[in-house]
Amino acid sequence: MTLHVELVSPEAAVWQGDVESVLLRTIGGGEIQFLTGHAPFLGALDICSIEMRLPDGTLETCAVRGGFVEVSNDRVKILSDDADRPEHIDPDEARAARERAEEILRRVEHGAEAEQAADEIRWQSARLRAAGHQ
Amino acid sequence: MAGGQERALRRRIKSIESTKKITRAMELIAATRVVKAQERAAAARPYAEEITSVILDLAKAGAATEHPLLRDYPDARTACMVVITSDRGLCGAYNSTVLRLAERELREHREHGLDYSLVVVGKKAETYFRFRNYRIDASFLGVTDRPTYDQAKQIAAAFRSRFENGEFSSVDLVYTRFKNAASQEAVVRRFLPLEVREREPSEGPTADLEYEPSPTAILNELLPRYVESRVFSALLDASASEHAARQRAMKAATDNAEELKINLTRIMNRARQDAITTEIMEIVGGAEALAQDKTEKEDLLPGLLMPEHLFAQQLDKTDHRPTFH
Repeated sequence: MTLHVELVSPEAAVWQGDVESVLLRTIGGGEIQFLTGHAPFLGALDICSIEMRLPDGTLETCAVRGGFVEVSNDRVKILSDDADRPEHIDPDEARAARERAEEILRRVEHGAEAEQAADEIRWQSARLRAAGHQ
Repeated sequence: MAGGQERALRRRIKSIESTKKITRAMELIAATRVVKAQERAAAARPYAEEITSVILDLAKAGAATEHPLLRDYPDARTACMVVITSDRGLCGAYNSTVLRLAERELREHREHGLDYSLVVVGKKAETYFRFRNYRIDASFLGVTDRPTYDQAKQIAAAFRSRFENGEFSSVDLVYTRFKNAASQEAVVRRFLPLEVREREPSEGPTADLEYEPSPTAILNELLPRYVESRVFSALLDASASEHAARQRAMKAATDNAEELKINLTRIMNRARQDAITTEIMEIVGGAEALAQDKTEKEDLLPGLLMPEHLFAQQLDKTDHRPTFH
């Protein structure tokens, strides 16, 4: 028994396939893992790196910046505005972007700009994680 | 005059030929773009469908429906219209159909005593409404050739918050719907307030869904994205329609150029033949006059100027009668 995962962004279907388990992070709920037979579930995604374990043991990852996940009848639908597969992630660029955001966060502590920078740091970290870097 | 006419015709034929090359090239480019735009629309469909089904699930689960995007604002006296046209012309009646529909809709709103707010996408809509002194609240250029989701987000942002603040009684979308490669139609779609229609409770999991966080919180996250996704699919539709319309217009232009070329070539050939005939007649006439002269005064030019001598090769050998005119 496997779970069928469909990962779609507004511009394209990003990934789909059958997996053993899906690990992701929801807003307010922390990390959650889905196996086959999971109860129907609907959650808002946090900025995170989704990890999908395939039946042959390999690990597929994808960085998402928010979105939704719906689980029902062993089907996992993941919707995200911003989804990056590892092959589209340049670790050096991501690291540089994270450092820039950290720089901003050192200067401003409150307000929208600081929030944006904090999101950016989490997003770039998620991308690095998805690409297999820390 | 004869030779001049021929030269002028030749020049026109040449210019028509080069115009035809351009229109043919545009037709082919538009044809590939239609296919690409359709592919992009197909790629965007899963997201739009899933998000719609999630919203319906939430509505069934009784998530709070007093979200600002779902509510009616009966006090608002402004109707917002989003008009999607192209940036460039040469696409037949594509733009004028949308614009005419939009303006009619606008007038109707005014007759009902509503103020309007215009959000235009595409240079054609912008110049049209600016020229007619309409007030344009936001305009987006360089979108419809190849719309991206980010652009859809920006367009949605232009009216969403104002709707949520209760400024607008409604938001309508005027664009060209892509039915298939042969037919597209301009449509007005009521966009906001969103209508969440109840579906038959037959399929999918129902009320026993687990939510994280609460259904209302999820709906709050979901609805703005739903709006964006709807704008995005309208943009993609409009883009595919634009390229299809351009393809058709350019095909007609190429066909017309071809027809014009054939007609002009025919006229040119006739003019050339006329010129040749006239020339021959002049020579023959001249020779005959000389021959007549000869019979009267025998000392003048020898018979060398008879047609059979001048056109030994061209004239029918059996026909020696020198008097056909």
